[in-house]
Amino acid sequence: MTETVVDFPKNFAEALNNSQLRRNLRAAMDTMGHRRRTLFADLDALEQLRARGDAIRWRALRQLPDLLEQLEKKCTENGIQVHWAETPAEANQICLGIIQRHHASRVIKGKSMVSEEMHLNHFLDEQGIEALETDLGEYIIQLDHETPSHIIVPAIHKNRDQIARLFHEKIPNAPYTEVVEELNAIARKVLREKFFAGEVGVSGVNFAVAETGTLCLVENEGNGRMCTTAPPVHIAVMGLEKVVERLEDVPPLLRLLTGSATGQLITTYFNMITSPRKPGEKDGPKEVHLVLLDNGRSKIWADPELRQTLKCIRCGACMNHCPVYTRLGGHAYGYVYPGPIGSILTPQLEGLDHAGAMATASTFCGACEEVCPVKIPITTILRRLRTESYDKADSPNAVKGHGYKVNRMESLTWKGWALSNATPWLNALNAKVLGLAGPHLSKLPQVGVLKHWGQSRALPPFARKSLHVLAKEKGIADE
Amino acid sequence: MSNARANILARLRAVAPQEPAATPEPDFYPATKLGHAERIAQLKRLMEHMHAEVIVTDPQHWIATLKDVLRARQVNGLLYGPAGPLGAALEANWDSELPPLVGYTEEVEQCKERLFALDAGITSTRGAVADVGALMLWPDANEPRLLSLVPAVHIAVLEATHIHDSLADAIARERWAEGMPTNALLISGPSKTADIELVLTFGVHGPKELIVLVLDDERG
Ligand code: SF4
Repeated sequence: MTETVVDFPKNFAEALNNSQLRRNLRAAMDTMGHRRRTLFADLDALEQLRARGDAIRWRALRQLPDLLEQLEKKCTENGIQVHWAETPAEANQICLGIIQRHHASRVIKGKSMVSEEMHLNHFLDEQGIEALETDLGEYIIQLDHETPSHIIVPAIHKNRDQIARLFHEKIPNAPYTEVVEELNAIARKVLREKFFAGEVGVSGVNFAVAETGTLCLVENEGNGRMCTTAPPVHIAVMGLEKVVERLEDVPPLLRLLTGSATGQLITTYFNMITSPRKPGEKDGPKEVHLVLLDNGRSKIWADPELRQTLKCIRCGACMNHCPVYTRLGGHAYGYVYPGPIGSILTPQLEGLDHAGAMATASTFCGACEEVCPVKIPITTILRRLRTESYDKADSPNAVKGHGYKVNRMESLTWKGWALSNATPWLNALNAKVLGLAGPHLSKLPQVGVLKHWGQSRALPPFARKSLHVLAKEKGIADE
Repeated sequence: MSNARANILARLRAVAPQEPAATPEPDFYPATKLGHAERIAQLKRLMEHMHAEVIVTDPQHWIATLKDVLRARQVNGLLYGPAGPLGAALEANWDSELPPLVGYTEEVEQCKERLFALDAGITSTRGAVADVGALMLWPDANEPRLLSLVPAVHIAVLEATHIHDSLADAIARERWAEGMPTNALLISGPSKTADIELVLTFGVHGPKELIVLVLDDERG
């Protein structure tokens, strides 16, 4: 994925001019926000719960290497085979190896953002293996060869007419209907057959409990249970930060996750998997594999400030409340994780030189931080990423691709600015010149960067008197 | 592969452990202690909100209630676990005019066709949690996992005394951490989705209907 260069300005302009997309998104994000607020109406209780969630995730991260080893040990004792992968490519190879060992050609998938990060479907497709998404939203976008635009509701950018047309065109014998229930019924029918025939099931993991070696999955549709129960082999892929220490850590996180994501007290299913089929049991996979993916997480972890990024439980609330995301949608960001969490996570995973622009897609309103169930200081991390974009110094914890924005023109400008502000006579001269030019140069000139900036904004006129002069007139000492 | 493990752990171990955080961990929600009747009422209210049908019945007559449930629906058979907690009672009280009882007795590989063709399944439950309104199931050899997933109608039998205040409570009281089963489930209603325009619709991949028979000794 790093090969593709994402053209952010172009993406942003396109998204902003797509009025259908903006209508679809606006309605959905408002609804999700409203549902969340209704569920968490008791703000004191919510604060208490968020503090608990934050503490649980922080405690887990603090002991990360120990917990990963404990998780591995417990899982192995339970009969779950644990694999470690440093890169998406390694994780893909591990999955492929398992699939090939079972001579399987049909893989059914539950929703998993890590598998998106791995581009697993694309990879398997190249190997001649069908990987079918079974979550309704994922199924819809897979039919249209798209990627998720939201981590919880992946097809939220589409409305029912678009889905109706898609089903009618792509699914043999599907009638055209815009009735949501009928669209669901069509998908149910197609996917039932796939569940029946699936040879390997792939899923993500919401929490992995080190204490018991248990993989927890949250879902509403039942497709996740199908994928993890009906086929003879189950492969669970997870980012290595998803581990928690104890079983008792699960209930608070579960409440925070479902409440923050969709305003639900609980999802339809909470699925806890601790072992493959035991002797005498009649169903469930005979083999369960857990793939632990690093992909840069251990590097993020090494820095105490950036580490907070890894507390994320992927609820999507930061997107639903983000003024930038709700206007652009997920695709404009160009990477797997969009919205505020994407803006802090992706540049760290992919490198600032590739995805650093994502850190600029923020108004710093702080809404994301206010709703984040595990209190990730998103704006602080954004600021750090922006700073590092201009920092060439090679400190051990520097973010990959740092200093990519450093260029001579900009450094000269800032040097000049610093000089001017530290040298009173120069500053006074500058102010005079601009002030005198005032009547003629009533606004900032519309050139260079300012041209873009000015296109959709009213530009401020120059003040007749500079701050220095005004301060002097008011008798404030100039230090 | 083993390299990946060593490399990842080496990277993580290279960082000096940080001081244990002084962050206090506040209690998860002020624990509400509910009485027996309140617990049932709360569970019923929340699960019905999620489109489950919850029928409180007394332990002597639950099979009669079940028969009414089945008569009201056109189902081609009822999948059950003959060696499970409900098996004997079902077999002893079955009528020929009812949809046939079909035992889940073979491994899924042997009976997949039949399994996917049946309309209804019945299971016992380990209990329930009142605060969020969900059943707890620990499927096992006698009542396998797909029994509560594949048939379009899932009927679950719950003993009222097994309803906990919360999941946290159930985990602590029943000492789940000492030994988890192959699969543990919470189920709060029939399967649902909101993936198209956030319109909530029920019955996607799992059951379209969930009917809970709560056996309550103290009823009436
Ligand atoms: S950053 Fe916070 S709000 Fe955003 S997805 Fe992660 S946990 Fe949710």
